[in-house]
Amino acid sequence: MKHILSVLVENNPGVLTRIAGLFSRRGFNIDSLAVGMTENPLVSRMTIVVEGNERYLEQLNKQLHKLVDVIKINDITRDAYVDRELVLIKVSADAARRAEIMQLVDIFRARIVDVSPKSLTVEITGNDGKVTAFEDSLRPFGIKELVRTGKIALLRGKNDSTKNHANKEEDEI
Amino acid sequence: MKITVAEALIRCLEREDVEIVFGYPGGAILPVYDALNKTVIKHVLVRHEQGAAHMADGYARVTGKVGVCLATSGPGATNLVTGIANAYMDSVPMVVITGQVATSMVGTDAFQEVDITGITIPITKHNYLIKEPDQLPAVVKKAFLLASTGRPGPVLIDLPKDVAQAKIDFKYPQKTELPGYKPTIKGHAAMVQQAAKLMTKSQRPVIYAGGGVRTADAASELLQLAETICAPVTHTLMGLGSFPGNHPLFLGMLGLHGTRYANQAVTECDCLIAVGARFDDRVVSNISGFAPAAKIIHIDIDPAEIGKNVVTQLPIVGDVKNVLKAILPHLEKKENMAWVDRIMQLREKMPLGYEQDGILKPQFVIEKLNEFKDESAIVVTDVGQHQMWAAQYMRFNEPRSFISSGGLGAMGFCLPAAIGAQMGAPHKQVIAIVGDGGIQMTMQELGTAAEQKLPLKIFILNNNSLGMVRQLQEYYCDSRYIAVDFQFNPDFVELGRIYGMEGYTVETPEKLLEILPGVLGSTAPVIVNCIVDREEDVLPMVMDGSNIDEAIS
Repeated sequence: MKHILSVLVENNPGVLTRIAGLFSRRGFNIDSLAVGMTENPLVSRMTIVVEGNERYLEQLNKQLHKLVDVIKINDITRDAYVDRELVLIKVSADAARRAEIMQLVDIFRARIVDVSPKSLTVEITGNDGKVTAFEDSLRPFGIKELVRTGKIALLRGKNDSTKNHANKEEDEI
Repeated sequence: MKITVAEALIRCLEREDVEIVFGYPGGAILPVYDALNKTVIKHVLVRHEQGAAHMADGYARVTGKVGVCLATSGPGATNLVTGIANAYMDSVPMVVITGQVATSMVGTDAFQEVDITGITIPITKHNYLIKEPDQLPAVVKKAFLLASTGRPGPVLIDLPKDVAQAKIDFKYPQKTELPGYKPTIKGHAAMVQQAAKLMTKSQRPVIYAGGGVRTADAASELLQLAETICAPVTHTLMGLGSFPGNHPLFLGMLGLHGTRYANQAVTECDCLIAVGARFDDRVVSNISGFAPAAKIIHIDIDPAEIGKNVVTQLPIVGDVKNVLKAILPHLEKKENMAWVDRIMQLREKMPLGYEQDGILKPQFVIEKLNEFKDESAIVVTDVGQHQMWAAQYMRFNEPRSFISSGGLGAMGFCLPAAIGAQMGAPHKQVIAIVGDGGIQMTMQELGTAAEQKLPLKIFILNNNSLGMVRQLQEYYCDSRYIAVDFQFNPDFVELGRIYGMEGYTVETPEKLLEILPGVLGSTAPVIVNCIVDREEDVLPMVMDGSNIDEAIS
């Protein structure tokens, strides 16, 4: 099963290396990883998508906790959450087919962000299902380039986990 | 008044009650060495940086304090790496300070520049590159806190030269903020009760004690637990000394080269109580055949060790001493007569042993050392056959009296670790047991030992070969020996003499018995070159993929 881990880390130099290194040396796989500052400049949030069973997740969770820079880990797939990913797609589009593509863009509520004589670059945000469906419908036109930000996610409701540092090990026995 | 960051570093070390640092100077660490001129902290000049790390490690293992070592940037720092990894694997508290090229040069492949914080991420508990002079006091405070609390380990501080020379207003912080670091000390109350219940109910309990007992200073609690529920105690290599070797409930080491009765007891037990141990592959061998009849209680301060290698029924995360103290009041004294009888029977049926045939046997040397050494002696070993024989045939009644490279298995550990041990316990007898292979990996440190006037007693079990690898080739490669027999070895007695040591070569059991009382009674440093039987194997031995009760012997 896929899990989305929302990991709050101290915003120190090298913290990404520490996390990425832990994954590679202990044989964990990262599906996607997105990093950025939170509302608290001392804290960054990493949204990491991983796939594995309970035991795998438990061990990964514990190993991540051992990193001194890791403040809090939330497996947000266990709760109600919202997730989004932004994708930029450069698709072949000569004058003849441009209208057809623009229609699809409308249907998916995507946006055209760049136009050239032979291509269109489209931006779409959404969850996995929407993005994949859009990608599939553009494929017949010829996708020249594609880039995804990696998934970002938050728990629903009024959680403000960055301000609450006191419970790193609260769920440990 | 402003002082340099280098001076501030030394003030910080003084505040942390550091008495000795082991190190080797160089360009980038120059300001720190300059500051060492103005302190009461003793600096021990080593002959190679690896020696400094192992010495700090040996010192820390004997004293329980944080070991400190120093090196310059680049090669100085990389030479420490084996020693840092060794301390990491065996959870030894250590603070490592390295010089770094000036911040303006970092990242330019400058002379003697190496990214040591990058290199040591996987082998340190944490590390720091100091970029701002004002950071230093807080970083040192954090480093000592991290190194010595929770599951201890090495912490590295990389200090660029220009930062070391900058001036700051020095103030050592009282407290420090580490939002991501909160080791669990107290065991979960419900789990503690359940564990006590399980222990009380068990009719065939076995305690499996590891290095965590020593780290937590929990030997007396362990003894109480064993005696209360009448559970025999087996230990890992790191656990040696945490339970008295002369106690009737003592089973000896378990695992790959453990006693057959310890392995049998684990296989038959209905409750295995793992205390500060981590189910290492050298202990467990085939996981599915390990303690198949047992409910496993696992007490450890590191949550990541729970369920990492084996599935446990009852995990308790917490400081071993704290958890045992919490469990003890819930227990009632019990006897387990049938189980104790069974253990006695196993011990008689499958004893440790070797055959004497006139040639000097390595096991015999170890047995006699055990007999003649001081009660309070500290034994330091290297890695290989002699290490396993020492673990099998020696008896330790005190924690911190057996020092060995466990997790990493780093040959070359013995001599520098023995130097660190002797500096940490100047009034105790320190016996270094080492092979002819291992001594040659770090024998330059004989110079350090001589300079510090240490009365080390070094016993080389010399079989002119790399015995443990030779044994592996015998069993797993049908005796196709390659690269294990030395065609040349120096005269170790002569070598010792050059470094101002007394020396003896021993080729017979009689000769050993003749010199041993004198050697161990001497106040001088002595090297004893024991020419031992090359064909001896470490037995019992659990072959790859076998269960631990299927050892060959």
